[in-house]
Amino acid sequence: MHGLINRSIQCFLRDTYGAEAWTQIAQLSGTDEAGFEAMLLYDDAATGAVLDAAAKHLEKPHDMLLEDLGTYLVSNPQIEAVRRLLRFGGASFVDFLHSLDELHDRARLAVPDLDMPALEMRDHGGGAWSIAVTHPHPGFGHVMVGVLRAMADDYGALVLLDHQGRVDKAEIIRVELLEASFAEGRDFHLGLRAS
Amino acid sequence: MTVHITPKITLSLPSLAALMPMGLVVGPTGHIVQIGPTLAKLRPERDLLGQRFLELFELKRPRHVVNMGHLKAAAGAPLSLRFRDNPRSELKGLAVALEGEGGLLVNLSFGIAAVEAVGTYQLSSSDFPATDLTVEMLYLVEANAAVHAVSQDLLSRLDSAKVAAQEQAFTDTLTGLRNRRAMDMVLGRYARRRDSFALMHLDLDHFKAVNDTLGHAAGDHVLQEVAKILVEETRAEDTVVRLGGDEFLMIFHNLTRPDQLTRIAERLLERLEAPIMFGTDPCAISGSIGITTSDTYTDIDADKMLHDVDMALYASKHAGRAQHTFVGEPATSEGHDTVH
Repeated sequence: MHGLINRSIQCFLRDTYGAEAWTQIAQLSGTDEAGFEAMLLYDDAATGAVLDAAAKHLEKPHDMLLEDLGTYLVSNPQIEAVRRLLRFGGASFVDFLHSLDELHDRARLAVPDLDMPALEMRDHGGGAWSIAVTHPHPGFGHVMVGVLRAMADDYGALVLLDHQGRVDKAEIIRVELLEASFAEGRDFHLGLRAS
Repeated sequence: MTVHITPKITLSLPSLAALMPMGLVVGPTGHIVQIGPTLAKLRPERDLLGQRFLELFELKRPRHVVNMGHLKAAAGAPLSLRFRDNPRSELKGLAVALEGEGGLLVNLSFGIAAVEAVGTYQLSSSDFPATDLTVEMLYLVEANAAVHAVSQDLLSRLDSAKVAAQEQAFTDTLTGLRNRRAMDMVLGRYARRRDSFALMHLDLDHFKAVNDTLGHAAGDHVLQEVAKILVEETRAEDTVVRLGGDEFLMIFHNLTRPDQLTRIAERLLERLEAPIMFGTDPCAISGSIGITTSDTYTDIDADKMLHDVDMALYASKHAGRAQHTFVGEPATSEGHDTVH
């Protein structure tokens, strides 16, 4: 697994549950306490070990932990870059949903060896979509639910999200848009230094 | 035989605006008669309609375009222009002739300056048509910056680790002086750059007696105190090396004058002869010194110099207590021996 993913998990655990929790999870999983380097590649087993240890130590189901990770990735101000890069997907939440088809390729343009899940949108009409999340390692679907929830907040949209399990190799997420502008979204300017 | 007929198209102004939000139409007199919404947004406080194109923009390429005739002649060629008033944003453009009255349709873009322009003018993705790659470019610039920041963070941590490891690799752990590896590096560098330098080889006398009578802790203490003296008596640009045991080597950078080196050697030996206290026990030691300078050689060979300076050191030792000897000079106790 790419170090960016492992490092994200590490930062999420440390920022959310504290340095002490991370230390214990690292020990429990046999990971160096210093953790992961963002630009290096790691054995997939290391990622699984950390997630298993975190679920055990925090007494939380895997799915919930992964969903919280997704929310953290978008809403943590320390990693504003992720939210901004996702907001480039479009001016509205619906535009953003449709941009998810490209997310895999977009991510690869930035980090060529980053193995992001492939996302496939299907528009069911009437404000309902389904997203198929495909990756050799199941679980990314739950992360995406967290990402979508945080992005809906970011756009000020009110949505219902439901992880509907796996069909073949894909995890299916159902998205229902209840109200496109339910609340005031967060500001987004194309220019980084825009005031 | 086939006849190609170029179809004429008619485009409504809203369609034109949607296709080219940074486009404008210049009438036959050189005045702007239509303007795209994004372009208009760049000068919100001015009405650009009715202004003369060439009064609004300065053409950098092609040069010497001062009237509508010149501008028409530039149709089809790449244009490079900028606003005459502030902010003087740079633009790229392409003009094509319109049929009929002789006007021009000009489409503009920020080109690579888009990154700055979106900030300057507070543009959003809706200001660019879906076919325009500006937003994708901005995305890439930002993704690149984010990845770069992560890499930079890793690099700076690796660099600190490297500096620490090097420092450790070049340091004698007991005294904090440089070690042989550091010596090789410094000598190699000076030889390559043909810098002039002097070597001073110091061997302690009576050190073994301290070790034997007061123990290794006393010996270590003496070595640390000697190291302090050597550092104090040399300059920051000089290198003080512990070669091992009670042997030291000083490398003086750009210092080869025998009179100066003599003064340094005498001062060192004088300080070494003062007893070093280990608790309440005085440790009496002394030293012998051999000196050589790069001026003595036509070709700098570090191994040869180290061998010679070693021989000079032993000549000093044979000559008696607290002596120093230059390479190439007869080893006698007269001449340099001022300390008794």
